[in-house]
Amino acid sequence: MLLLIQYTLIFASVLVLVALGGCFSEHSGVINIGLEGIMVMGALGGALMMKYLPAGTPALVMILLAILAAVAVGMLFSLLLGVAAIRFSADQTLVGTALNLLGPAAAVVLVRAINMAESADNVSSTVMYGQAKKAFLMNIGRFEFNWFMLIALLVLIASFIVLYKTRFGLRLMACGEHPQAADSVGINVYKMRYAGVLISGALGGLGGLVYITAGVSEWKFENGVAGFGFLALAVMIFGQWKPVNIGLAALLFGLFRALSNVYTGFPTLVALKLPSSLYNMLPYIISLVVLVFVSKKSRAPKAEGIPYDKGQR
Amino acid sequence: MSQDLRNKESILRNSGFQTILASLLCIVLGLLVGFIVLLVINPLGAAGAIAAILKNFLYYPSSAAAMKYFGTTLVNASALLMCSLSVLFAYKVGLFNIGAAGQYVVGAGACLYCALGLKLPWIVCLLAAVAAAALAGGISGALKAYFNVNEVISCIMLNWISLYCVNMLLVNVKEQSTPYTTPLTSGNKGALLPNMGLDKLFSNNEFVTIGLPLAVAMAILVWVVLEKTKFGYELKATGLNKHAAKYCGMKEQRNVILTMMIAGGLAGFAAGIYYLTGIEQWMVQQTSVPAMGFNGIAAAFLGGLNPIGTIFSSYFIQHITSGGTYVDKSMYCSQISDLISAFIIYLCGFVLFFRLWLNRWLDKRDGKAKKGGNA
Repeated sequence: MLLLIQYTLIFASVLVLVALGGCFSEHSGVINIGLEGIMVMGALGGALMMKYLPAGTPALVMILLAILAAVAVGMLFSLLLGVAAIRFSADQTLVGTALNLLGPAAAVVLVRAINMAESADNVSSTVMYGQAKKAFLMNIGRFEFNWFMLIALLVLIASFIVLYKTRFGLRLMACGEHPQAADSVGINVYKMRYAGVLISGALGGLGGLVYITAGVSEWKFENGVAGFGFLALAVMIFGQWKPVNIGLAALLFGLFRALSNVYTGFPTLVALKLPSSLYNMLPYIISLVVLVFVSKKSRAPKAEGIPYDKGQR
Repeated sequence: MSQDLRNKESILRNSGFQTILASLLCIVLGLLVGFIVLLVINPLGAAGAIAAILKNFLYYPSSAAAMKYFGTTLVNASALLMCSLSVLFAYKVGLFNIGAAGQYVVGAGACLYCALGLKLPWIVCLLAAVAAAALAGGISGALKAYFNVNEVISCIMLNWISLYCVNMLLVNVKEQSTPYTTPLTSGNKGALLPNMGLDKLFSNNEFVTIGLPLAVAMAILVWVVLEKTKFGYELKATGLNKHAAKYCGMKEQRNVILTMMIAGGLAGFAAGIYYLTGIEQWMVQQTSVPAMGFNGIAAAFLGGLNPIGTIFSSYFIQHITSGGTYVDKSMYCSQISDLISAFIIYLCGFVLFFRLWLNRWLDKRDGKAKKGGNA
């Protein structure tokens, strides 16, 4: 049971971070389908940082540097979307899809190159960070507390405040609802949209780092992040683009995702003799069902997906 | 103004020419980025590696071997062509079928199960692949039409659901000792697509079957349906403005569902003409969706969203993907091709802007020329 809660919380942390990233981007008016790719790149940045830091680095420095690396790489990668979608009016779905393909491919090429440079026989796409990862964990009794759970909660609170209580957040949302109106009162729509995309890159990258440190001490980049970026999008839609709802939705999805990891620990579930593939499918089925119920009266930002052109009426 | 200058302009303004120009530019830039990445990894072998990717089957010195691998590349390309047609068809109706990958998986599951589990002949297996995948596509379409579920998200969820379902289904027809499905040659010879003598052209490459001409015929059929029929016109009108289409008496909900079903069917056809050649067995422990459907997106956009154009772009994407396996493995990995094709898709996003810019530049030049002429 404890294990289920632990996994639920860590998966929910991933989902809430990435979904909030998507939330910022979409509120600014840019659909970010590329979160999956951004997560992989962020994870890569964090993993490499952990790999190269010397073993004696203090835990706090380690945590901060790994997070910084993941966030920076995620932001840099999200700029690819930002520039294409905002400056060059590209089809956001197409560019996002390209990022999803680009992220894992780039990560594998890079990691393999690094591994091969270290020893010619090592052609795997795995990064080891077993030692460094311990910095993130703290045992409270039998419960393995991960600092990222706290960070996710803080980001959630911060997002709520930024979006609803600050000038920046309200302006950001205006750009996603009616950019022409926002521009007419002197808000720079392009700048705001860049800000939205960059925040989504930062949070997406951080989410990727959390994902690869959850439970495992090495990561094979060929696997990407197993559709978590897309699950996060479903969480965001289920949460109706509102931070608090997103937090609750992430917990629900996290629970179902955790079930597939730990269902063998529950005698009643094992007795059902369901194939393990079914548990793997569960989060996706649930999200599909949930989308059916919430999409009809969707509260999506009105201008999302439409490139903003100053000259357009 | 001289006559030939005017002719040159008319070519530059021709939208077909602009599309080809843009696609070629995407390819060149994509290869350039790939080359730079190779240079960064190891400057010594970069030129050799990019040459290997571009050469693909020409890597083999004997022409018989080269022909054989050319055939294999073509078999892959024909499946890719069908996937890209699936993406293209949906895109023409304003839907982004990222689910081609999942529909392809469903098609693979259906045809392999019919072939190995039910021991049916190839024609039934192929039709089963199309029908099952059309159903999978239809689910996304119905969710979009009746519940306003974004088709991109529902397709992605269905991709994963399909993958796990097909794994569960095909466990029943797998070999005893390996995680792979039984080869068609030993499981059910009748399910193999007929060669019709085409294998002879490619140094007896037994994987070259009627799937190849069928795929090209499908591309032409899709073009005819979209450009020359009332049905295609209605679908495109729905894509351009569904409210206007509804106002004109078109059944927009039905059109959306039908479109996704056809798109799904095309992706299922891709799986059929690929897996029924026996070229590959399904691995029942697969944890990621095969890349074929995603590469289809690349091919569709690189082909300028024209069915005939996608014949060439699918071949090109497959050519460099296959070519990736020939790079010097002591320095690079074959995924470099994936990186290049992913970057090409990214660049395709700029095509619209490129055309806008080109036209504006032409206008400016013409304006100047006119002024000069008057003075």
